[in-house]
Amino acid sequence: MTLETVGFGVVAALLLASSLAVVLTPNLFHSVLYLAAEQPFLFAVQLLLYAGGVVTIVVFAIMLTERLVGDRIGQASRHPINGAIVAAAVFAGIVGFLIQAPVRATAPAPAGDTTAALGRALVGPFAVTLELLGVLLVAALLGAVYFARSEE
Amino acid sequence: MIGLQAYLVLAALVFAIGLFGVLTRRNAVGILLGIELMLNAVNINLVAFARFNGDLAGVVFTLFTISITVAEVAVGLAIVIAIFRVRRTVEADRLNLLRG
Repeated sequence: MTLETVGFGVVAALLLASSLAVVLTPNLFHSVLYLAAEQPFLFAVQLLLYAGGVVTIVVFAIMLTERLVGDRIGQASRHPINGAIVAAAVFAGIVGFLIQAPVRATAPAPAGDTTAALGRALVGPFAVTLELLGVLLVAALLGAVYFARSEE
Repeated sequence: MIGLQAYLVLAALVFAIGLFGVLTRRNAVGILLGIELMLNAVNINLVAFARFNGDLAGVVFTLFTISITVAEVAVGLAIVIAIFRVRRTVEADRLNLLRG
């Protein structure tokens, strides 16, 4: 029972509990697992984007649509048993595949801080993808502003 | 030492929970959050493979998927707001304009 095992257990339990909260109640916090996978830079990006951007937008949208409609929007689930059956079947399928195809570590974890190597990879072999991503973000955000603009 | 299997099983669990949310939510925003969970499960897989195979490409892919997810959420919520302006509801069951 090393420290890593304990940390993984705690973070995994936290992640699963908040995931269940997301689907069962209107609650919006998840995903801090990257810390356990020793990727501090990715952890920071995820935290920044989700805490800063997505959660703000989601809360804004919920409040906007809830306020205008007068009565509360139904948050209850429909057909929860059917949904649970399908989700459990998919989970069983994935785990069955995992058991059949034994996956194992082929190389030791990269030592030290990988942020510098990550930056070099982004502007080296993945430079074209990075530029395409910038175009996609501009197009998507312009489209979002166009959709959500006020009428006049 | 946590093995690769544990991460993959955890990601599968998160994916199944997200799928459950997509299938059972009434609110369109809730369905979007379920899709978020499923995408995050994929991210966990990518990071776990990158970590256990000593290959940074998985982490780079995760950066890309996070960015694309942000774009997807922005567009999705804009569509939800636009639909709400027209139909006065975000309940997925009542958005049946295209039903014959």
